[in-house]
Amino acid sequence: MNVSKGSTSSTGAMFDYAPAPESRSVVDIASSYGLFIDGEFVDPVGDTSFKTISPATEEVLAEVSEASAEDVDRAVRAARTAQSRVWSKMSGRERSKYLYRIARIIQERSRELAVLESLDNGKPIRESRDVDVPLVAAYFFYYAGWADKLEYAGFGPDPRPLGVAGQVIPWNFPLLMLAWKIAPALATGNTVVLKPAETTPLTALLFAEICQQADLPRGVVNIITGAGETGRALVTHDGVDKVAFTGSTDVGRSIAKAVAGSDKKVTLELGGKAANIVFDDAPVDQAVEGIVNGIFFNQGHVCCAGSRLLVQESVADDVLERLKRRMSTLRLGDPLDKNTDIGAINSADQLEKIRQLSEVGEAEGAGRWSPACEIPQHGFWFPPTIFTGVSQAHRIAREEIFGPVLSVITFRTPAEAVQKANNTPFGLSAGVWTDKGSRILWAADQLRAGVVWANTFNKFDPTSPFGGYKESGYGREGGRHGLEAYLAHS
Amino acid sequence: MPTADSRLDVRKTYKLYIGGAFPRSESGRSYVVNDGKGRFLANAAQASRKDARDAVAAARKAFGGWSGKTAYNRGQVVYRVAELLEGRRVQFVEEVQRSEGATKRQAERAVDLSIDRLVWYAGWADKVAQVVGSANPIAGPYFNFSLPEPTGVVVVVAPEESSLLGLVSVLAPVIVTGNTAVVVTSYSRPLPAITLSEVLATSDVPGGVVNMLTGSAAEVAPWLASHMDVNAIDLTGVSDASLAASLEESAAENLKRVRRPEDGPADWSADPGMDRLTAFLETKTVWHPIGI
Repeated sequence: MNVSKGSTSSTGAMFDYAPAPESRSVVDIASSYGLFIDGEFVDPVGDTSFKTISPATEEVLAEVSEASAEDVDRAVRAARTAQSRVWSKMSGRERSKYLYRIARIIQERSRELAVLESLDNGKPIRESRDVDVPLVAAYFFYYAGWADKLEYAGFGPDPRPLGVAGQVIPWNFPLLMLAWKIAPALATGNTVVLKPAETTPLTALLFAEICQQADLPRGVVNIITGAGETGRALVTHDGVDKVAFTGSTDVGRSIAKAVAGSDKKVTLELGGKAANIVFDDAPVDQAVEGIVNGIFFNQGHVCCAGSRLLVQESVADDVLERLKRRMSTLRLGDPLDKNTDIGAINSADQLEKIRQLSEVGEAEGAGRWSPACEIPQHGFWFPPTIFTGVSQAHRIAREEIFGPVLSVITFRTPAEAVQKANNTPFGLSAGVWTDKGSRILWAADQLRAGVVWANTFNKFDPTSPFGGYKESGYGREGGRHGLEAYLAHS
Repeated sequence: MPTADSRLDVRKTYKLYIGGAFPRSESGRSYVVNDGKGRFLANAAQASRKDARDAVAAARKAFGGWSGKTAYNRGQVVYRVAELLEGRRVQFVEEVQRSEGATKRQAERAVDLSIDRLVWYAGWADKVAQVVGSANPIAGPYFNFSLPEPTGVVVVVAPEESSLLGLVSVLAPVIVTGNTAVVVTSYSRPLPAITLSEVLATSDVPGGVVNMLTGSAAEVAPWLASHMDVNAIDLTGVSDASLAASLEESAAENLKRVRRPEDGPADWSADPGMDRLTAFLETKTVWHPIGI
């Protein structure tokens, strides 16, 4: 399917791009997958499965096993045995070398991983190739180096692993979230049972194969596929010492309730409704790029997306005009096309949620605008959209939409900007655009959010702690801070 | 038996400490506090749901000012609490002795350790960011740094047994890092907490930074655990495992940070380490591009 050409013709763009699709031949998708338990792919006990599809075409990519509570139990037992007999006994130096090996294989197979990620998730190949997969390798490299240096990490002279980590990750950055979870867990001597999201299991299953290629001892990494029930069985399993979850605030809340009164340690990386604040002295063209990157990167399927644009009243018209012009050049279509800016919405369910909230936005009186944009016949798509005249009470200003939808709110004074930015139960990230250094530091200090991007947005790095305030969850991933969630110390 | 030249002592009324003032419980209730030998000591105010909500409102109101002070200033303010405690040493020794049924020597040791612990934590105010913060070597043309910030309004269920040293040990790390606190004091030994409140009220700790509720944790703590304007809860003083579990479950509603009770009895005289200091901190990472 080729839609990238058509997507710009309607806008009368200066340049007409020839399609430049990345070849699918680099990936080899099996027709069905078992569960990766104790070092090998096995059939699930219940013999139930589900299909994973390409959200860009609705083509079925593979049949994937659905892990039952019994399968979860098998996986946790395998992880426990591997933890107590092998992984915790191994020197940090040896663990470190396994992680370096994995990082290298990820680099070697990077194109394959990127194509598979774009196929299963719907994100543009430009992003999976240039952002997701390089970061995945970088996280493994970074934490590989910690494995034999933990006693210098500042968590006491004898930091110890917690045991078995049960990890549940979302569909927006399937492989990157896997890396954020598995790399620090393994570096600190824990073993893992990881459940990828039901709509994006394929790169995690390919990662299982990478663990085999790396000769990682069996049971150190277990990958079980399934939906919410499987995840629930995993996080509540008695043999799990540590729960790490990235996903919605609602599910995070239910996990926090489920582990109450237990000895399980928990870290939660949940939703957000980040303010991206543009002051009147901001470099406007850079700010517009930052706004676009903030909300349209990965179709807005980003927990830290800059989904609320707070723009100073005096420059609002200029910023909006340039933003609309820039949005008109965004190319929506085939995720595998190297020219594509906006790929497919990950699932029919998510598309429905974005549609519903957008309709609520209109019904509540906000002004809706999208560039002229051809939508492919098949698959799940939503055009880049902005809402103007949004008030703080509107649902589109309060709820996480998790799609390419931006709510524009204006402000007059810096104090008002900060007050509006903080007026949310979330606190994951925020953006500040201004040429004035003192204002950046002032705003960064006032904003109640775990990550503040000044004159940039949506940047990630393995050395940098990431995580939320308030209802965006607790615990940090990345950097030295990210080790703490996987270590017992006193 | 009073004689002609004997003098009747003036007793203290023990009330709550909320927003820098000493109100009675709005419920009008009080309960009997006895000494270690079962003799009457005082009637303490029995805090209600309304008192708890007032305390949270006071703590929230105080948060911006307290967290916005320089770390140097917060350190000095907490140090001054130690100074004032030292000045009232004799009074606290007597009160701890009576409350805990301790020997004079034990009470003296508890008070001395409490004072020294405040001094220890005071010094942390402007050091914790250097120990747990970082400048991160990003792979790209950016600079970023990670700094600890206070979580917000923290509910502390204080230890039941150690009426002063235990209380100071759980309270000081919460406030020295810039949080504001709502404390549910020891139920059976609440008097040193209220006398400590007098110290706080006459030191430079702004009203609302510390709020003390005397009364039953089983009654008051559930309201605090489910309060949507509370950011964190320290369950150290909750000895009933099922109450602790249900408080943790309520706390999940707005993703409060929860510190679970310790296994087994705490040794408050031991070196506290950094654990409590970092329990109610958030890490914020601030990025900026590098370029000409």
